[in-house]
Amino acid sequence: MPPARGFLDRTEILGVIVLAMVIFVILPAFTDPFRLNLYGKYLTYAFVAVGLVLCWGSGGILSLGQGIFFGLGGYCMAMFLKLEASTPEATAIQSTPGIPDFMDWNQITALPWWWEPFHSFSFTLFAVVAVPVAFAFIIGMAMFRRRVGGVYFSIITQAVAAILTILIIGQQGFTGGINGITDLRTLLGWDIRTDSAKEILYFVNGILLFVCLGIAQFIRRSKAGRLLIAMRDREDRVRFSGYDVAAFKIFIFCVGAGFAAIGGAMFTLQVGFMSPSFVGIVPSIEMVIFCAVGGRYSILGAVWGALLVNWAKSAFSESFPELWQFGLGGLFIAVVLLFPEGLAGLWNRYAAPLPGRLRRRAPRSAPAPAE
Amino acid sequence: MFADYSWGELGSIFAMQGFAGLILFSVFVLMALGLAIIFGQMGVINMAHGEFMILGAYVTYLMSGLFQTWLPGLFGIYFFVAMALAFVAAGALGMVVEWLLIRRLYHRPLDTLLATWGLSLILQQLYRSIFGAREVGVSVPQWMMGSLPLTDMIELPINGIFVMVLTLVIAGGVYVMLYRSQWGLQVRAVMANRSMADATGINTGWTDRLTFGIGCGVAGVAGAAFTMIGSTSPTAGQLYIVDTFLVVVFGGAASLLGTIASAFAISQTQSFLEFFLSGSMAKVLTLLAVVGILMLRPQGLFSPKIRK
Repeated sequence: MPPARGFLDRTEILGVIVLAMVIFVILPAFTDPFRLNLYGKYLTYAFVAVGLVLCWGSGGILSLGQGIFFGLGGYCMAMFLKLEASTPEATAIQSTPGIPDFMDWNQITALPWWWEPFHSFSFTLFAVVAVPVAFAFIIGMAMFRRRVGGVYFSIITQAVAAILTILIIGQQGFTGGINGITDLRTLLGWDIRTDSAKEILYFVNGILLFVCLGIAQFIRRSKAGRLLIAMRDREDRVRFSGYDVAAFKIFIFCVGAGFAAIGGAMFTLQVGFMSPSFVGIVPSIEMVIFCAVGGRYSILGAVWGALLVNWAKSAFSESFPELWQFGLGGLFIAVVLLFPEGLAGLWNRYAAPLPGRLRRRAPRSAPAPAE
Repeated sequence: MFADYSWGELGSIFAMQGFAGLILFSVFVLMALGLAIIFGQMGVINMAHGEFMILGAYVTYLMSGLFQTWLPGLFGIYFFVAMALAFVAAGALGMVVEWLLIRRLYHRPLDTLLATWGLSLILQQLYRSIFGAREVGVSVPQWMMGSLPLTDMIELPINGIFVMVLTLVIAGGVYVMLYRSQWGLQVRAVMANRSMADATGINTGWTDRLTFGIGCGVAGVAGAAFTMIGSTSPTAGQLYIVDTFLVVVFGGAASLLGTIASAFAISQTQSFLEFFLSGSMAKVLTLLAVVGILMLRPQGLFSPKIRK
């Protein structure tokens, strides 16, 4: 990696411009509203993948439970939307009007106390990020202070994801169970099911993603970012130098959780429902794959990974569902064995040096760039 | 919550739940033994472990059909043939996987996790393409059906007892292999210090392959045993994987005794909670307790004392 001078170096600026062009110009111009909504959905996974690049690529901590935070953010948003859709007039046919329909089906007659604050939009916006980050803080405190790391951290986060999924499915009356929270209609009176609303949400999603990319880049360029990389490579040395290793890990884990939560909330808004199938072990591991395919050290690569893997998944699973399973499995193995730094690694190795080589016209004598 | 039951009833409940817990314990031990070798000894995170078990289950399914059609006279003992074949099939697949995939990743444990997850997806789809997406069950031989009445309230199913006996035999076998045989000594030497073991003339590459193969083979036998108490589907392996890892990690990864002790603790907790709470809440509480204790003792219950 070249030494960091400014906020972005030349290839990174080029990368940001290309990505911005694709997200804000090319995709909206050439796709119909249905497809655009689909790409918006993929981009919500990019939030998770960028958070994973920070945790895994920079910090060396692989969380297999990012679905927890994606889901918590998504559920917070879904609870607000569900309460807005469950006015006493709209739910007049229920035995208890004014509560969400799935509660009525489960013979619950009053809104649980922890649903009450979600009547307020400003509280919801706060909770979307605060609840998952607080959760991540607790997990991080408990684990990193006790020096649980590496593989053990991954397995425990996976278990936490399993626990949360079982809890959501089991507490059907409070969470909508396996179906999740469905039939969401309006956001502050604005119908989110129309094409124009979906298009606006797509652009909001894109802008938020670039804000998160900016924050991620800022963290990577800061002293904390460099310490994280040092910790990933030789944790004990950083500890012996007097730094509080656990605090940095907790911090980056919380940032990753916050990004995932924003992605989850935008997912709920664009797709119109939230369910436990985005929380558990399998979706959490798929999120790691988006990050690994894009490149675990590159935040822009993570966005590409999320877009391309999901695009391939839709394209193949529509026509050849069997092939897709084989393809996805093969992709995992190929990424690990053949290009561990993902698409970004391939780009940096083969495509990025190309202009310089062409200019020099002496590819064989070109000196290798200093690492 | 105890007030509604008489003492006699409570005694039977505890006996029955305890026995159900013992069957669950056998299941956990069978699942975890192979992983204790692969993860505990080799440090490889094998997310496809469940799929190796399912392979054993499908081998048993095929054998049951084969014996029913061609050798109905020997149907009573088909299960033992199936178990041996399950060991060979899963073990052979394990050795191929080690040769193609795992041996390139020994220094990158988190990457073995991703690669074997990919492998598990491929195997699942393979099973689905060959055997169909439906659950399949095997025909249990006559002598394994029915139950053993102890008192008029307590009955013990024979297939449960059989699985428990099988667990004892396999656990004993693994113990002897790891701690009382030349091969076990070599495995532990390679895991402790690879380059030193290499220098003393141990063929480390072959030891790795054999170790991984035997770990997978034990998983295959576990899968064969599961067909006696439940049905098999292409995705069933994924249901076990988190539990299995927690059992191994909770016990202290490198300790066989720890694996068995943690399987016992987890299964009994879950079985008793299940009677008084719903199944899902029992599961949640058990997992929470395991995660909580792991945070207090990150190295597991029985961890070798080493300075870190």
